Amino acid sequence: MKLTRRSCLAIIGAIALGVAAPLAQAQKKPVKIGFSMALTGGLAGAGKAALIAMEIWKDDVNKKGGLLGRPVEFVYYDDATQPAKVPGIYSKLLDVDKVDLVVSSYGTNEIAPAMPIVMRKKLVFPSLFGLAVNDEFKYDRYFQIMPAGPDPKIDWSRGFFQLALEQKPRPKTVAIVAADAEFALNAAAGARENAKKMGFQIVYDKTYPPATTDFTPIIRAIQATNPDIVYVGSYPPDSVGMVKAANEVGLKAKMFGGGMVGLQFAAIQKNLGPMLNGIVNYDFWVPEPTLNFPGVNEFLAKYKEAAKGKGVDPFGHYLPPYAYAYLEVLGQSVQAVKSLDQAKIAAYMHKTTFDTVVGKVKFGRNGEWARTRTLQVQFRDVQPDNLEQFAGPGKRVVLYPKEWKSGDIVYPYKQ
Amino acid sequence: MKPAVFWSSLVAALIAGLVFTEVGQNDYYFNAAYVVLQALIMAVAWNILGGFTGYVNFGSAGFFAVGAYTTIALNKAFGLPLPLLIAAAALVCGLIGLGVGYLTLRLKGVYFAIATLAMAIVIETLVNNWAYVGGAKGSYMLTPETHLWFDSYIKMLFMVMLALALASVAVSRALSSSRLGRGLAAIRDDEVAAECSGVPTLRLKLVSTTVMGAMMGVAGAPYPFFVTFVDPVSAFNLFIAVNSIAMPMIGGTAHWSGPVLGALLVGTAQELITVTISSELNVLLVGIMLVLFITLAPQGIVGLARKYLGRRLR
Amino acid sequence: MVSVDLFTNAVVAGLLLGGFYAAVAIGLAITFGQLDIVNIAHPAFVIVGSYIAYIVNTRLGLDPVLAGLLATPFFFIVGALVYRVYYAAFERTGQESLSGLAFFFGVMFIIEVVLILVYGVDYRLVSAVYTVGTLSFGFVDLPLRMLVPFVVSIALTGAIWLYLSRTFMGRAIQAVAQDRLALQLMGADPVRIKQFAFGLGIATAAIAGSLLIIIGPVEPSVGRQYIGRIFAIVVLGGMGSIQGMFIAALILGIVESLVTTFVGPSWAPAVAFGVLLLTLGLRPSGLFGRQ
Repeated sequence: MKLTRRSCLAIIGAIALGVAAPLAQAQKKPVKIGFSMALTGGLAGAGKAALIAMEIWKDDVNKKGGLLGRPVEFVYYDDATQPAKVPGIYSKLLDVDKVDLVVSSYGTNEIAPAMPIVMRKKLVFPSLFGLAVNDEFKYDRYFQIMPAGPDPKIDWSRGFFQLALEQKPRPKTVAIVAADAEFALNAAAGARENAKKMGFQIVYDKTYPPATTDFTPIIRAIQATNPDIVYVGSYPPDSVGMVKAANEVGLKAKMFGGGMVGLQFAAIQKNLGPMLNGIVNYDFWVPEPTLNFPGVNEFLAKYKEAAKGKGVDPFGHYLPPYAYAYLEVLGQSVQAVKSLDQAKIAAYMHKTTFDTVVGKVKFGRNGEWARTRTLQVQFRDVQPDNLEQFAGPGKRVVLYPKEWKSGDIVYPYKQ
Repeated sequence: MKPAVFWSSLVAALIAGLVFTEVGQNDYYFNAAYVVLQALIMAVAWNILGGFTGYVNFGSAGFFAVGAYTTIALNKAFGLPLPLLIAAAALVCGLIGLGVGYLTLRLKGVYFAIATLAMAIVIETLVNNWAYVGGAKGSYMLTPETHLWFDSYIKMLFMVMLALALASVAVSRALSSSRLGRGLAAIRDDEVAAECSGVPTLRLKLVSTTVMGAMMGVAGAPYPFFVTFVDPVSAFNLFIAVNSIAMPMIGGTAHWSGPVLGALLVGTAQELITVTISSELNVLLVGIMLVLFITLAPQGIVGLARKYLGRRLR
Repeated sequence: MVSVDLFTNAVVAGLLLGGFYAAVAIGLAITFGQLDIVNIAHPAFVIVGSYIAYIVNTRLGLDPVLAGLLATPFFFIVGALVYRVYYAAFERTGQESLSGLAFFFGVMFIIEVVLILVYGVDYRLVSAVYTVGTLSFGFVDLPLRMLVPFVVSIALTGAIWLYLSRTFMGRAIQAVAQDRLALQLMGADPVRIKQFAFGLGIATAAIAGSLLIIIGPVEPSVGRQYIGRIFAIVVLGGMGSIQGMFIAALILGIVESLVTTFVGPSWAPAVAFGVLLLTLGLRPSGLFGRQ
């Protein structure tokens, strides 16, 4: 054909399209993040809440153009709170679904079984709330978003005992009780060490099976040893049982609480109401003025909307901000090193202090936080039958660590 | 099935497995296959006592978990290699099975079933309180470095499990088609009459329970290496016990091929559902399949096949 | 450290707990103890009862026990229907033991999953006047949260016992367990009677469920913890004996409580089931069982 201007333009146009199309395809190819999450079974309440937070992160990131200019996609499966399913799921994610990045499921029991696979494939592994998982594996690309601290088992309860040390007259005796299950036993082990190091005498130290219905015999047995402080490591249903039993028996200890999971959940807080007053327990984020990190209130508002009608915690103060954050640190690292190379991402994650919705995050030894931020909070002025009171400050006063403190302890813990 | 056909299929299956490990790229399929094979061994084992002899065992998870914890304890103490660990698990669980066999002297029917459940719970509580194997905290089992000539550890585990599964099917078939098997069937149909006709019921029951126990222990022995984190809650899970009952029932309890069929069918379905829809539907699937099969097809798939083929051949 | 008040309180707590266990077990005492039907799904029905009590309590503000009582007729009908299916599939063909067992396993899973799909796995709790508060007599404390279920349980057990021993239908139920043929010869229809009895057993689950959620938080898989306990109670008490079941429940509660207080809570399940195993080994007919 004649080389007219029109035909030249047409040819150039065709070449341009031919080149641009694959480029555009490459740009649209998503970054796939794979994980398993407990969407059914015992941990599903937390797992589902975490997933909601993670999807909010995905939407936020995609609105800003995605990672490396590519949209982010999740590939996930339900591990049903069964550790046996985890290796298979991560195997499929990596070998069949060919995901680019992985993050962990929720809880030690679901994180540990994935470790051998991610270690073999040398993947960066941001993890969501597992106590001291990496103590066993010592993997250098493991990053734990739970702010336990460099020595997780000890740091977890140190604040509780530190607070006790500061009281006058100094309390002398401690009772430790924990559920027969992984996290609670680890918490109790840490409590035991802290108690010994700080010179307390342990007068009761027992565990109970998770299927326990009635906690009054246990509380009574504890009462019989007359402890000044009682440290409890428990899961949601037993935490409720313990608080109610302590109330019924009229526990005379001066400090009560420590490692009770469940007291951070809105539905349980509403149900226990004034029985919570005075209890000093761990937490990771509460709506106190000292913890007003940039972005956290916007996130919680989005979460509250998304959580409606899903049968999960309506406020999402406990786990969701951290579920958002563990993806934030991953995303920020990928953007910073401008690649999906696991070694580069790991190196960046080790040396950087990140700005996230839960404040500044810096990873230290063994992938744990360089400095602990396990808060000890005390319930105060809780009114009966009122859910909304927990949305704002004043009901869970932060006592420890000092830099986040928002009030002074009420001691002894009164009934 | 004629012996020649049977043994050649076993060998063929073994060779196919080996070929698969050479050819297969994705570790995931070996993972899924391991789970199905584990369920198969449990189903075949359960059926020896349940289907052949007529005694329902509710405590399958107890045997399985003891097998797993034997591995953990011995590995921690002596660092034994896998074959020895499997043998040790078979020994320990076989002995427990023997004890359960003596239980059958006193308890029949539903009482026996409840006793096995109680026994599983007692063993679980003991393990929960045994700090050496981690107690309720659980135990970590780091994946060993060696995996012979295979590309990856899971491929080796898969072959081990395949070999064990084929062996268990062979044992089950041998038991059922021998004089022993006929004695067991007599016990199942009417124990008193069997005793009166001279069947050594106690001896046969003991063989049955011991073999079942040993087989379940063998199914549990490699489990810690597969899952890397074992705790009593997951090892003694009720779902293991239910699966070991459901699969033979769905496949058919009378013939040795029933549990194999049931395990392959239900196990594969469960694995598919785990990675497609949702895990809760997994449990629903087992429940519905169980209810449907036993109300409509109590003889299981094998029974249905026999009826259908029988009619055709007439 | 055995002080009098610790011991007394442990026994009292055990009594209250045991009384509650009886409310959960009584349904099984009827369906399994009287009718020989291995209804392993009974705790799952109890959990459904808990959820109904929860819904009525949170939406309408009704007292949970009242909610449970109101739900009994519906549970009765469901129980009768379930029995119909069970009968048609198994009893008529004489396949009861293994297949019936597997059937109820399946039913149990289906109930659990449906609850999860509808309500999720969050723990549910109720509030009533008596979920807080304690009565004290000297050094003995009676938490109302345990006392109210105990009292309701006694009332329930007493009512069932009276019914079975005094009314015509009740006697017929006992008769069908003991001698089905004789009953048929006397002109009563055993199938209808068994259907009625099964419905009655499931109806008690409505009440037991409301008591369960008063004592503590409930989520769908909580029922599994009770399977072993209620079978232990029915077997220990003796098949066919309601009084035996109640006493066995109290014994189990007291043993659990004493072991928890003086040895350590982590040994409680082993002891309870050890008791069961001993019973099965030494006296399988239980304390008051028919021979």
